[in-house]
Amino acid sequence: MVLNTMSYSQAAVLAVQREMEADERVVVMGEDVGRGGIFGQYKGLQQTFGTHRIIDTPISEAAIMGGGVGMALAGMRPVVEMRVVDFTLCGMDEIINQAAKNRYMFGGQGRVPLVARMPIGIWDASAAQHSQSLEAWFAHIPGLVVVCPGSVQDNYSLLRAAMQCGDPVVYMEHKTLWGLEGPVDESVQVPLGQAAVLRAGDRLTMVSWSRQMQVCQVACDQLAALGIQVELIDLRTLWPWDRDTVLKSAAKTGHLLVVHEAIQAAGFGAEIAATVAETLGVRVKRLGAPRIPVGYAPVLEAVARVSAEQIVAAAQNCLKPVTQ
Amino acid sequence: MPKKDALAALYLCMARIRAFENAAEILSQGGVSAYNKTADGSAKVRGPLHLSTGQEGVAAGVCAHLTPRDYLTSTHRGHGHTLAKGADLGRMMCELYGKATGFNGGKGGSMHIADFSVGMLGANGVVAAGLPIAVGAAHAQKLQGRSDITVCFFGDGATNRGPFLEALNWAQVHQLPVLFVCEDNRWSATTASGPMIAGPGASARSESLGIAAHLVDGNDVWAVHEKAAELVQTVRSGHGPRLLHALTYRVKGHVSVDLAAYRDPREVEAALKNDPIQNARRALLALGSSDAACDQMDQQAQAEVQSAMQSADQAPWPSVSAAYTDIQTTGAGQWF
Ligand SMILES: Cc1ncc(C[n+]2csc(CCOP(=O)(O)OP(=O)(O)O)c2C)c(N)n1
Repeated sequence: MVLNTMSYSQAAVLAVQREMEADERVVVMGEDVGRGGIFGQYKGLQQTFGTHRIIDTPISEAAIMGGGVGMALAGMRPVVEMRVVDFTLCGMDEIINQAAKNRYMFGGQGRVPLVARMPIGIWDASAAQHSQSLEAWFAHIPGLVVVCPGSVQDNYSLLRAAMQCGDPVVYMEHKTLWGLEGPVDESVQVPLGQAAVLRAGDRLTMVSWSRQMQVCQVACDQLAALGIQVELIDLRTLWPWDRDTVLKSAAKTGHLLVVHEAIQAAGFGAEIAATVAETLGVRVKRLGAPRIPVGYAPVLEAVARVSAEQIVAAAQNCLKPVTQ
Repeated sequence: MPKKDALAALYLCMARIRAFENAAEILSQGGVSAYNKTADGSAKVRGPLHLSTGQEGVAAGVCAHLTPRDYLTSTHRGHGHTLAKGADLGRMMCELYGKATGFNGGKGGSMHIADFSVGMLGANGVVAAGLPIAVGAAHAQKLQGRSDITVCFFGDGATNRGPFLEALNWAQVHQLPVLFVCEDNRWSATTASGPMIAGPGASARSESLGIAAHLVDGNDVWAVHEKAAELVQTVRSGHGPRLLHALTYRVKGHVSVDLAAYRDPREVEAALKNDPIQNARRALLALGSSDAACDQMDQQAQAEVQSAMQSADQAPWPSVSAAYTDIQTTGAGQWF
């Protein structure tokens, strides 16, 4: 076991590098990828693999995504870069109507082994068009796999798993996790669709993903100080999501709280809460952002963030006896 | 091949497309609830059926130069392209019926017809969506060092959508082996295309990006064939993308149940006199062929369509469980 400390962004570079070494068909396409990507998530790769495999593209999100579909159909395994999820909206037909549906619509004649990297989340002072968490949109679409890695190790292991998947994967790194440091063991494999239980507890199951995991950890410490032991689950993959792990935990604790940075209304938390309530009948609660665009001023941005205090309050609320 | 034989092959290709679509049109009547028509559910071919009647010369003339290793992306009006690329007519008919034996196993129908075994990467329900897919496929061909090319058909209406610009720009920037073919049939659904297109259209837009464009009479299949031969050769030998702007006419309505009453009848009348199949027949006669020889090709096409319909009638429906397959390997099948 070799543990190297690196950043979330360096872990991603390493993952792409390993897959590119292993498979000639892997190519990267996107704006600014030749210079390493705007977050350094492709740093040095063009020097190693050349301009024909790390392909700089025009600012053409529809063509990057649609081109990725064509490339994949023609036998390549493209990684396509969207910079931030907010710009994926310019290539939405290409991912939803083309990439996701191709295999089904054509009766299995073609497969689209494509990884679309689209960073999510509030990005300090970047306001409404660079701060969204749109994972629920993609989880809604049959044909797409949706991954939201929350740790450095996971960003290495899950990105490799995504590149080996064979179907289109929406890969969502968080815009403020790039600098996060952590150990990476190259031999660790994390399969898609498997959650991680980060803390064991018996009173309440808390499910989250991506950067919000860090806020949940803080809240869990505070709850522990109050004598409430929380079982904290990092979902890691939103589709397919690890129902077994979540259901098993919720059956044990009898209470579920889902927390996400995304807007609460019609968010993916609703899917988890509903599944657990339908299956187990346990007490469920969701916590996400209010249904507002993310504002620029710090005070406005803070309104869109889900804080540890809110999580603690929501957990306590969930544990309160139901009063008619 | 001497010109007469080559032209006869193009004639047969066009006759096959015409026979297929004429049959499909009849099979679709009553089955679509679009354009204020009530569906009665009895139709064997259901859903929107976009016919390329009158445009066969473009598909036949271009695809004659392609091998199964070359790729093709198509539009919602894709029967002609698919047949001309060499797809099996019988399996196509099965797909239009929605049968398990169709190319897509009944999951696609007319609008998503595809035959990957001959490089036909799919018709598309979204206008202009085939353009970026085509440049991606062409990019892969270039990276793989193949001498194959990609041909991308699209309508004149598609030139107004962003992916048209993005794809052409991409192809030129990366010097990709792609031939763009604009089938300018003068209509976009129920709206005349001309007034909706600012400036002189596809060719000018292409040339503004440095991609040489060539105008051709799409209803003269030999003219298309000759121009396409030259362009396919240029693209194949690594000189980057080219655009062929083919002028043609959409004889039928936008979909099979659209009577297209919004058009000036004189315009349609003039188009009918300029039918690409009749034009080819006249050219064949001038080269010494006979009406009987042409009739025989018509009959051959008819017979193929008849037997396709019979086998489609007898073919099984997809199993219900097929609704759950080919979605994705990870996740699908365990949790829906
Ligand atoms: C993005 C998108 N917008 C609108 C439509 C509806 N639609 C289908 S075909 C069509 C007309 C397309 O015109 P053109 O590209 O010239 O092709 P043609 O039908 O003439 O072959 C329209 C508007 C669509 N399918 N996709």
